[in-house]
Amino acid sequence: MHINWFKYSSPQTFYPLAGKMIPWFYGLAVLFALAGLYVSFALAPTDFQQGEAYRIIFVHVPAAWMSMFIYIVMAGWAAFGLALNARLSAMMAQALAPTGAMFTFLALVTGSLWGKPMWGTWWVWDARLTSELILLFLYLGFIALQSAIDDPRRSDRAGAVLALVGVVNVPIIYFSVKWWNTLHQGSTISMTAAPKMVTIMLLGMLFMALAFWMYSIAVALVRVRCIILERERSTEWVKNLFGEEK
Amino acid sequence: MMHWGSWSAFFSMGGYAFYVWFSFGITAVSLFIEVIALRNRRSEAIRLSRLLAQN
Amino acid sequence: MKLKARHKRFILIGIGLALIALAATLILNAFRSNMVFFYTPTQVEKGEVPKDTGFRIGGLVVPGSLKRDDDGLTVHFVITDTSKTVQVIYKGILPDLFKEGKGVVAQGKVDASGLFVASEVLAKHDENYMPPEAAEALKRARENSTSTLVVPK
Repeated sequence: MHINWFKYSSPQTFYPLAGKMIPWFYGLAVLFALAGLYVSFALAPTDFQQGEAYRIIFVHVPAAWMSMFIYIVMAGWAAFGLALNARLSAMMAQALAPTGAMFTFLALVTGSLWGKPMWGTWWVWDARLTSELILLFLYLGFIALQSAIDDPRRSDRAGAVLALVGVVNVPIIYFSVKWWNTLHQGSTISMTAAPKMVTIMLLGMLFMALAFWMYSIAVALVRVRCIILERERSTEWVKNLFGEEK
Repeated sequence: MMHWGSWSAFFSMGGYAFYVWFSFGITAVSLFIEVIALRNRRSEAIRLSRLLAQN
Repeated sequence: MKLKARHKRFILIGIGLALIALAATLILNAFRSNMVFFYTPTQVEKGEVPKDTGFRIGGLVVPGSLKRDDDGLTVHFVITDTSKTVQVIYKGILPDLFKEGKGVVAQGKVDASGLFVASEVLAKHDENYMPPEAAEALKRARENSTSTLVVPK
């Protein structure tokens, strides 16, 4: 089957398509969240060293994954927009930033709430925690820069440069626990080794991660539709869309 | 509740109730706020688009 | 109050630049001092630790080394990296995960007698998660296998 992707790369055709996809992603997010919460609290056993406090992992790790993953996707869209001068790509990058910032914030807060009872401190300046905090500043810097420049083309370009420069921070976060000695423990899940976690706990974490992922897609689509309307308000197609209804 | 003896055992989370429930609570509240904020932004965007289209 | 668009832009650019500067400062600071979050007892022995200023040491608490003074607050224990050890004294509340044989990171100074006087003790846990029964089974399996390895020798 041949799909004409270029057709969907214009805001005009993407707007109604995104509108149709949103309820599905919201629905999937709710389903995965229910399954994830059920596994996290009803099925997953107590941990041998951390007792019940380890259950924070079911929000902390998925939030941290999303914070890094969304940044990469955002930088990808920004780069795409920069290279091809594609309006919609830049809008997608802009639509992802607040959600990425929120997950970074949640990773930091839930990590703090986990660190206090287990490590004995809310915060330490080790490589993992510091680089995750830098990620939050990169998101906030991107959002501030974009909203500071009125001309959409220039603001997209400036934002894209910042997003691309900041992308080096993502591997630093990911490998920080390997490259340097940190208070933060190493990765439980990695591409090179078997997970250091029993299957049912892993399942809870994966369900929650899927829930956050579907949620992120849904809200990014809602936001990109807002951005499209805000930017293209005076174009013919938006006028046609809202002009006829009374 | 599978391995929880009682509801109170479930809510006390082995003595870590504050940390566990705060973590899940702030996550839920954040997602909720984002959804509501987007709903408002959308209705404002639609209102302005309509205003511009019908004048 | 309505800000002029130009003023708003300047403020936002200012905030953006401040955030980037903050991020850069943190990165530089992290590279300078925090890349080494803690030193090992071997590094302490070799004198590779900062003199006069405080630093952190990390390692495992030697099983059987934990002793409490009568005041109930002062604790003595030994940190090891399996080759060298450091004696630690600490007055304060230990984190819940502090256990003999488990990871620990202590902030403090070495006094004249070579004792590490800690001002803060943090627990460092590993990345393994499993129910207690599984941990118990694993421990038993490990004990059995090491005993069979040791006996023929």
